[in-house]
Amino acid sequence: MKNNAAKINSTYREALKQGLREALQNDERVFLMGEDVGRYGGAFAVSKDLLQEFGEERIMDVPLSESGFVGAGIGAALAGMKPIVEVMTVNFSLLAMDQIVNNAATLLHMSGGQLNVPIVIRMGCGIGKQLAAQHSHSWEPFYAHIPGLIVLSVGTHEDARGMLLTALKSPDPVLIFEYTSMLNSEREIAADAGAVDISKAKVLKEGKDISIITYGTGVYKCLEAAAELATIGIDTEVLDLRVLRPLDEETFLASVAKTHRVLIVEDAWRSVSISSEISSRIMEKAFYELDAPVQRLCGVEVPIPYPLHLEDAAIPQKNDIVNAVKKMMSHD
Amino acid sequence: MNEDEIKKLVFQLLKQIAPDTEPSTLKPDENIRDTLDIDSFDSLQFLVSLDEKLGIEIPEQDYGKITTLKNLVDYILGKIK
Amino acid sequence: MIEFQMPSLGADMEAGTLIEWRKKPGDAVKRGDIIAEVETQKGLIEIEVFDEGIIGELLIKEGTKVPVGTVMALINPTETTLETRKETISEKPTVKIQPTEEKIVEKATAEKFEERHIKVSPLAKRIATENNIDLSQIQGTGEDGSITKDDVEKAISQKAKIEKKEEKSLPKNLAIRSAIAAAMSKSNTDIPHYYLEKRIDITKALAWLREANSKRPIQKRLLPAALLIKAVAKSLIDFPELNAIWDNEVQIKKEINIGFVVSLRGGGVIIPAIHKASEKSIDEIMEALNDMIPRARAMKLRSSDLSDSTITITSLGEGGADVVFGVIYPPQVAIIGFGGSSQQPFAENGMLGIRTVFTVTLAGDHRATDGLIGSDFLVTLNKQLQNPEAL
Repeated sequence: MKNNAAKINSTYREALKQGLREALQNDERVFLMGEDVGRYGGAFAVSKDLLQEFGEERIMDVPLSESGFVGAGIGAALAGMKPIVEVMTVNFSLLAMDQIVNNAATLLHMSGGQLNVPIVIRMGCGIGKQLAAQHSHSWEPFYAHIPGLIVLSVGTHEDARGMLLTALKSPDPVLIFEYTSMLNSEREIAADAGAVDISKAKVLKEGKDISIITYGTGVYKCLEAAAELATIGIDTEVLDLRVLRPLDEETFLASVAKTHRVLIVEDAWRSVSISSEISSRIMEKAFYELDAPVQRLCGVEVPIPYPLHLEDAAIPQKNDIVNAVKKMMSHD
Repeated sequence: MNEDEIKKLVFQLLKQIAPDTEPSTLKPDENIRDTLDIDSFDSLQFLVSLDEKLGIEIPEQDYGKITTLKNLVDYILGKIK
Repeated sequence: MIEFQMPSLGADMEAGTLIEWRKKPGDAVKRGDIIAEVETQKGLIEIEVFDEGIIGELLIKEGTKVPVGTVMALINPTETTLETRKETISEKPTVKIQPTEEKIVEKATAEKFEERHIKVSPLAKRIATENNIDLSQIQGTGEDGSITKDDVEKAISQKAKIEKKEEKSLPKNLAIRSAIAAAMSKSNTDIPHYYLEKRIDITKALAWLREANSKRPIQKRLLPAALLIKAVAKSLIDFPELNAIWDNEVQIKKEINIGFVVSLRGGGVIIPAIHKASEKSIDEIMEALNDMIPRARAMKLRSSDLSDSTITITSLGEGGADVVFGVIYPPQVAIIGFGGSSQQPFAENGMLGIRTVFTVTLAGDHRATDGLIGSDFLVTLNKQLQNPEAL
């Protein structure tokens, strides 16, 4: 086909929506349930107009009861359906934690391998919309801690378009973290973009001097930082983890073996985080490749503040990344 | 392994113990040790490395059968068949 | 405080060039550890240390040529060092696991740590180990002066340059030639040699060897040299006067350390020592040869390989000249020579037979011993060789 290489501009929101549409079109068993996903069009307008297109049976508004409707989704999955459950934001997912941990993640084990739970749970997440401490959580590390779950982080528009489609193929529960601060951002994606791999991390920019490992909102920030660092002659490799559980060690260890220096960037609090896990694995498996200690930029360990300038200060920004890399490379 | 490959290996191993010589210029009927000036110690080292590479054990009473390049290659060919 | 000196690796050695320290101040050493590499006329030699303790100070800079006997380093004997060490450790605060925020505390411990450790990245350390680079000689340019990959790579290229220079300034075999010239001239000037020879039937010894080898995998096979060394060592037990050195008088040596002449391709010889040969089995002697000869030919000997031999054996092997009269390697007092073996008519007990025979010679220092001792020694050696199974 001639227009294979054609590109279109798409917002992150539109990419998510088109992914959702394609999933609903592809498979009759797929349906979306969540708070305000139908008549209101989704709290973040991701499912706008889908009710009209697919009807009430497949775009289902649910009451404000996270534990209840996530449980219902798990039941539907057990009964042979392919539910997509939208938890409005990750902050509310704490109310459904028991369903996710004790049922979705554990039933396969408890049933002696008889009961797969092919549920997909989408959650809005991220920091940067001035939603204050209770609504600004980064719970990726919580869920990445739990065996039995597949945890995806949507850091790019391609992944916004494609991760859901592949997640629905999984026989096991998949959690997808979608970053609300990125919804309006517009990027070029392939006109025929579709399903993407959900097992590997991805090197988005190759470089030889230092590896920046990140996920989520860190991805574009790190790419921008890398572009700035390139102007002063530092050749940065940027790696998007994409899959937070199970971690794709092979890809990040290969990057360490190439650059010998690592900066890990994430919004989540520093202690017991994704970055601490990555750092340990590098120490365990690539110690003799390290030419400097692994460094991390993480969320400041405070309740995330409401005022914009403090909120910005609480999480790694482009300039922080540039400065951290410069510092790590200053001795070369 | 064919004759050429064996020769190549023999030359390579001889070059290791007598780096100042050019084993590949050996004539088929020349005495290897005399021509390359290899003493009994290096000769044993050579046989040990042949054994390591090819897994052929050469008993001491056969030492007389492998004095020239031609003899040696024929001997090895016979052993690995 | 023990003084570590530039050792003498033979009477012909006057000086050596320190190429590299392998230990740094604070390192613990024990007998047999390699402390330095020294360039001598016999090539690059690894120098071993004979005391136990902690390196106090390195007095000589790498690249310096110093005479034999120069004090190169100071070593604190172990006992006193242990005490001082205890004190320093007790002074140090216990390292607590700190919350990451408290950076000040982290830094303080890091500085304390530096006293004992060289800060080096794991990668840099790995590369340094692979390339034999002494990290204590590198100035780190990384964070807090830590040594990085770049620092080590620079050191490697510098070392390569130094080595290249060394090679240029002193072609190896020329150096060996001049070492041999010095030692042999001294021998011929100072030592009044007497010479003895005896024809020995080694048919039985060789048959025994063939039999032994037929049962062995090729890696374990014995060469006649191993048997000869063992026979000499065993015979020497009864002739301590020959296992000695001359230093204005005979000084009998307790250990029988046999120097074995290894000829080098391209000319020259080098004489590594087989230590305590009389206490070693033939297999152990063969193992020692297997270890030493390749190192000797590659010029990679250690100081103890070269320094302690008490007598020398030179062996021509089969097919060579019939008789060799050795020149004594000072300060030793004897050298034993084995000629090439060949089949000869040999009369024994009134019968004439064809036997494999070779001629063994002894050159002795007439200041130290007289011909009778040498003669008795050769007779004993003959007896030993007639009973190979007892060796």
